[in-house]
Amino acid sequence: MTYDDATLAQLGTDADAVIARYPVARSALLPLLHLVQSIDGFVSPDGIQFCADKLDLTAAEVSAVATFYTQYKRRPNGEYQVGVCTNTLCAVMGGDRIWQELSDHVGVGHDETTEDGKVTLERIECNAACDYAPVMMVNWEFFDNQTPESAKQVVDDILAGKDVTPTRGADKVSTFKEVSRVLAGFEDGHADEDQGAGEATLVGLKVAKERGWKADGQ
Amino acid sequence: MTDTAPAPTELTPVLSATWDLEKSWSIGTYTDNGGYAGLTKALAMAPGDLVQAVKDSGLRGRGGAGFPTGMKWGFLPPDDGGPRYLVVNADESEPGTCKDIPTMLAAPHTLIEGVIITSFAIGCNHAFIYLRGEVVHVYRRLLQAVREAYEAGHLGQDIHGTGYNLEVTVHAGAGAYICGEETALLDSLEGRRGQPRLKPPFPAGAGLYARPTVVNNVESIASVPAIVDKGVEWFTGMGTERSKGMGFFSLSGHVAKPGQYEAPLGITLRELLEMAGGMREGHELKFWTPGGSSTPIFTDEHLDTPLDYESVGAAGSMLGTRALQIFDETTCVVRAVMRWTEFYKHESCGKCTPCREGTYWLALILKRLEAGNGTYADIQQLLDTCDSIAGRAFCALGDGATSSIISSVNLFREEYEAHVRDGGCPFDHAASALFPFEAADTTGARA
Repeated sequence: MTYDDATLAQLGTDADAVIARYPVARSALLPLLHLVQSIDGFVSPDGIQFCADKLDLTAAEVSAVATFYTQYKRRPNGEYQVGVCTNTLCAVMGGDRIWQELSDHVGVGHDETTEDGKVTLERIECNAACDYAPVMMVNWEFFDNQTPESAKQVVDDILAGKDVTPTRGADKVSTFKEVSRVLAGFEDGHADEDQGAGEATLVGLKVAKERGWKADGQ
Repeated sequence: MTDTAPAPTELTPVLSATWDLEKSWSIGTYTDNGGYAGLTKALAMAPGDLVQAVKDSGLRGRGGAGFPTGMKWGFLPPDDGGPRYLVVNADESEPGTCKDIPTMLAAPHTLIEGVIITSFAIGCNHAFIYLRGEVVHVYRRLLQAVREAYEAGHLGQDIHGTGYNLEVTVHAGAGAYICGEETALLDSLEGRRGQPRLKPPFPAGAGLYARPTVVNNVESIASVPAIVDKGVEWFTGMGTERSKGMGFFSLSGHVAKPGQYEAPLGITLRELLEMAGGMREGHELKFWTPGGSSTPIFTDEHLDTPLDYESVGAAGSMLGTRALQIFDETTCVVRAVMRWTEFYKHESCGKCTPCREGTYWLALILKRLEAGNGTYADIQQLLDTCDSIAGRAFCALGDGATSSIISSVNLFREEYEAHVRDGGCPFDHAASALFPFEAADTTGARA
């Protein structure tokens, strides 16, 4: 392995904390793969070996799991993962067009990364925000109700080194590595940040209040 | 409520009642508005009485299958002294479904309280919440909510001085629709590829780590505190004869005001559309899914079908997750179905041949048809291939993949034939989008 001593020591401490959450150590494998991505920006050969050693598995067993899940990247990922939903509903509402214009604008295709390593584009499947279609995700934060212009602006800002803010989520999008650490189950202090619940989330509650409807039983 | 001309259905915000409050996700806001009152009551009850109460409430699984929740709990074998587990399915990924994510974002303590009550009821001392990995802010909120619950003494050792102990682990997945299938979810939670298991044994007998396990959807578990706090009769006062209580109806697509509408089961799309401001201006309803992309599609003929398990089933579809994806007359049904089919192909876990091979060929044929290169025989081939998958696949993913195909060919065969006859798609895809653009081409983007 090529991790330096300090990195390896920190990884080991973090991994032990992850493993302690489960009655059976192997359950820690998914979060450990997220943890490896928080160091390397992808599931590296070193990362696979680290997980294998920690959980007493073979590297082949770890690879078999890592290749099953789309969030684990086989090549160094961009600092920002930009996903455009092109599942049916978002695609029909404009997601196909957003993807096409964004991909042409950035000059990379699906699962490809810009030369500067900043942005990886991805066509993603339904991300459970259909009431905000068309949807884009940047490092797994919500960018709701997108247009080709808004999507290109977000990516232009990222490429220019500016912070970007989701429509629902934290005050700014953290990097792919930072987000991967959260996905390994480590809090990052951003949970109370909020851009508002969102119109579609509250629309039914609003209608009920306007009409004086309550679930008080009849 | 049983008159021939029932009163118009009213919305019933229960889980969503606090979502517009300041810091709605915090334990302070939740508790100040009646949160954790259900837990206090539950801990004073006998666990068996809690299971009976949820049975009596008629609560049915809100994750799609609609299996009675209390009955699922009742299937656990008698206590043998070993561990038993509660696993919450928070892997919300069914296309169109978008109710659990806002629930966990806006009021994660509703779920945490439900987890504690349920765990106490079934004798579980370690519960898991399996969240899909692609929603980082939701994970932040859940991690914080669990920490707050520990700090408040709702979790950990000797909860509320009762001697009851419970640990909760919130686990993030890593991108795989199939992990919403409960046994695939368990394999994934055990650190393996998320592939479904042969049933039986069912999770109640041999689930997580081969121990007795209850797997329930987020909305099911989040409904439990209100049932305990407000009572079974309050809950059964909502809904229909066999579909009790309230649930989220998630409207998306070409409607004026898409979003979450929490209503009694049995509400109709016509009623929901009235609340949602109707279809987008100048357009009319063409087709819709009652419960996500795995449920056969409906048309305007089903505007008055009560959205409860029995009525939707009798009309040939499934209530599913109440994910109402609504499309207007500008939408090409072949394009919509093709994209869903590509999704199932992508998400098929590969374990069984009918689903792995079948979804592959379905996607190829649909792509050819949609592009105008198909033949009339392709339409029959689609149905034949569906027939080789439905009922023959290892899990419900394969069945779900055939739903939109079979129903759309039944309802819109002439539209499939038009693609063959005209050698192309007769629809202007730009007309379906929410923003204007030149129609030239929307299908040839870098794939």
